[in-house]
Amino acid sequence: MSVATAPNYDLTQRDGLDTSLLEVSMGPHHPSTHGVFRMDVKLDGETVVDLKPVFGYLHRNHEKLAEDMSYLANMPFTDRLDYLNSMTNNWAYALAAEQLVEIEVPERAEYLRVVMSELTRLVNHTCLVGFFINDLGALGTPLLYGFREREKILDLFEEASGARMMCNYFRFGGLRKDVPDGWLDRARKVVDDFPSFLDEYGKLLCENEIILSRTQGIGVLPRDLAVNAGITGPMLRASGVNYDLRKVDAYGIYDRFNFRVPYGEVGDSYDRFMVRMLEMRESLEILKQALEDIPEGPVMGSAPRVFKPKPQEVYGRIEGPKGELGFYLIADGTPKPYRYRVRPPSFINLTVLRDMCLGQKVADAVVILGSIDIVLGEVDR
Amino acid sequence: MSELPHEPVIQQFPDVEWEEAAGALVVPAAKAPEVAQWLHDHNTLALDYCSNVTGVDYLEREVKEKITNDDGQEETVTKTEPGRIDVVYHLYSMRNKTGPLVLKQRTGRDNAEAASLTPVWRSCELQEREIYDLFGVKFTGHPDLRRILMWDEFEGHPMRRDYEEPCDYEWEPTPHGEVLEKHKKGKVIA
Amino acid sequence: MTTGNTSPGIDLDEATRLELERAGIIVSQVDFIYNWARGGSVWPLTFGLACCAIEMIASATSRFDIARFGSEVFRPSPRQADLMIVSGTVTKKMAPQVVRIYNQMPEPKWVIAMGACAISGGPFKQGYNVLKGIDRYIPVDVYLPGCPPRPEAVLQSLNYLQEKIRKQDIRKDPAFTKGRRQYPVPEFAGTDLEPPYNPQVWSPPENPNTEPVVPPKKSAA
Repeated sequence: MSVATAPNYDLTQRDGLDTSLLEVSMGPHHPSTHGVFRMDVKLDGETVVDLKPVFGYLHRNHEKLAEDMSYLANMPFTDRLDYLNSMTNNWAYALAAEQLVEIEVPERAEYLRVVMSELTRLVNHTCLVGFFINDLGALGTPLLYGFREREKILDLFEEASGARMMCNYFRFGGLRKDVPDGWLDRARKVVDDFPSFLDEYGKLLCENEIILSRTQGIGVLPRDLAVNAGITGPMLRASGVNYDLRKVDAYGIYDRFNFRVPYGEVGDSYDRFMVRMLEMRESLEILKQALEDIPEGPVMGSAPRVFKPKPQEVYGRIEGPKGELGFYLIADGTPKPYRYRVRPPSFINLTVLRDMCLGQKVADAVVILGSIDIVLGEVDR
Repeated sequence: MSELPHEPVIQQFPDVEWEEAAGALVVPAAKAPEVAQWLHDHNTLALDYCSNVTGVDYLEREVKEKITNDDGQEETVTKTEPGRIDVVYHLYSMRNKTGPLVLKQRTGRDNAEAASLTPVWRSCELQEREIYDLFGVKFTGHPDLRRILMWDEFEGHPMRRDYEEPCDYEWEPTPHGEVLEKHKKGKVIA
Repeated sequence: MTTGNTSPGIDLDEATRLELERAGIIVSQVDFIYNWARGGSVWPLTFGLACCAIEMIASATSRFDIARFGSEVFRPSPRQADLMIVSGTVTKKMAPQVVRIYNQMPEPKWVIAMGACAISGGPFKQGYNVLKGIDRYIPVDVYLPGCPPRPEAVLQSLNYLQEKIRKQDIRKDPAFTKGRRQYPVPEFAGTDLEPPYNPQVWSPPENPNTEPVVPPKKSAA
């Protein structure tokens, strides 16, 4: 198994001075842990010698709750899993449930699903870049720029679905209702204005000396460890593996769009940050193509009146902005799922946190955690 | 629901069974690490990515089956299926970009034990800890088996079907009145 | 404050007041000045737990701008903060930490329970790990419903808090009379927290049912 510590770090014990290690508990209330997450770090001076993550501070028993609700009643709860990207969570669940029953999704709904999902990806990546740079110490400024763009996209979501964050917009077989008049023009305007914001953001951040020196070489994740540890999403692609579910599974109508998948070489924090910046540009390409080709028509297929699938098991997965979000459903002939399981990308991406942080300094541990991009609602469910 | 061929596995390991209804390979716990390593190193299957590890709890239940008895007539026989916990693994190949192969380990509900596949796929590490925490399945060979989502002093395994939640709802649970009566009878609140 | 009556509650006729003001003297109550100053500079603690935290951060961004109401900075340390906006689901694993942080805040301190989860458990009320409302352990001043509440609602809750602060009486204010309010931190027991709620702060409402209501048992398969 390959090791992911900093270069030239010796894992053997040092003899000589009789010092003791400092144990620090970072969190759960901490400005930079992205939620209620706790890391117990053992420090030798400032170097991290051991790191134990502690989860469960936001465990809201989502899976047990779902066994008590009907299939459709679970849709609003999926919004609250990864609370920054509610539309993609909805789509993953709708995809899994549509495999249980034969439903045909109309064309317009497929296009709108792609539009909503890519807008969500933009929202997630701008916010993530903002939070990441916030952790580095640029208190607030890139975050506020990111949130400014997020507000424009949230206005679009609110017009379409009625809520800014917890949209609950997808249904089995399509969408809840069609977008209002003029929404497509407003969406096109947002997409047209976005590249200039990305240029400004990129100019400020991508070649910034402080960011380069603080993120290059920090938290290197080798390729084979990434694949073996089940890492997915931008973190996997930054380590050099070309695996994007939009190309591999081609769910929905993603095979009709022409877009590239950026992936990195080294796998350090800077690569993870740059992969996300480049993915935003590819999302804009998809959005331009989708908004051009979108046809007229209904947005809801003919779903059965009572959703009572036959006993079977399905696993539906999508490429969420954080990684592979999958839903494993076991149906048993009743209107409620027998087993409802969320495959959380952030939780599994945290497997390698300890490996990446050993030998780094404490401040780097914060940077590495920021570059993994976790959302506690998904980690703890 | 496996999309990869399962015949090579059964040829190599005769102990492994194929469950048609779920589309999954059922592997006995003793053989599981060996099967997993073989699947990982195989040339064409190359299952190097374990995507999802889940536990499923089945209580003891009665299953009615129609069989033809000795007189040649059809009759309905009631069998008692013992309770069991399944540990389900969804395996993919990142190298070949191919679809899932589902593996299941079965264990009883008392003293539930299964073999840990963490030495083969590191992604099982945290997920198997979660199954230990919420279902109570002990994984032999796991590097660090302890509770992950609940606090350490917690007793009980919440995701099991017969877990009784502590009653601290205040006096009014979510359904009440007529709706509560329907809920008690098992009708759905949809 | 410079326009309008600068000496509320004091019986001063108009001419005297204007003469004093021309000389640069304002006559007012200590309560009024204190509460105006305290209400206009409430500094919240960065205490986002779950989804509502994102709307709280959004209310601090340039579109909604909580800084114009006085919350200029969000302090990460509880020793330097006045207001704890509990935003998001409080789980039983997290509850001792919430109470500890509340204990560390110096007086005067206030709590806004933001979102349905902090008020009463919210959509996750049926949970073995969900605390059914943070007011079981600490006193709450403003309840803000919503899932999540819009940033404008967060601003309105801050306004309500400021009105509440303006009505405080410095002679009876617990911060000056009794010192810092601290509550016992719950411990982890086998299935629940110990104690399940703090009787000084909260008591379960009257149960009109004659028989106890328990959660229904799940079916086997």
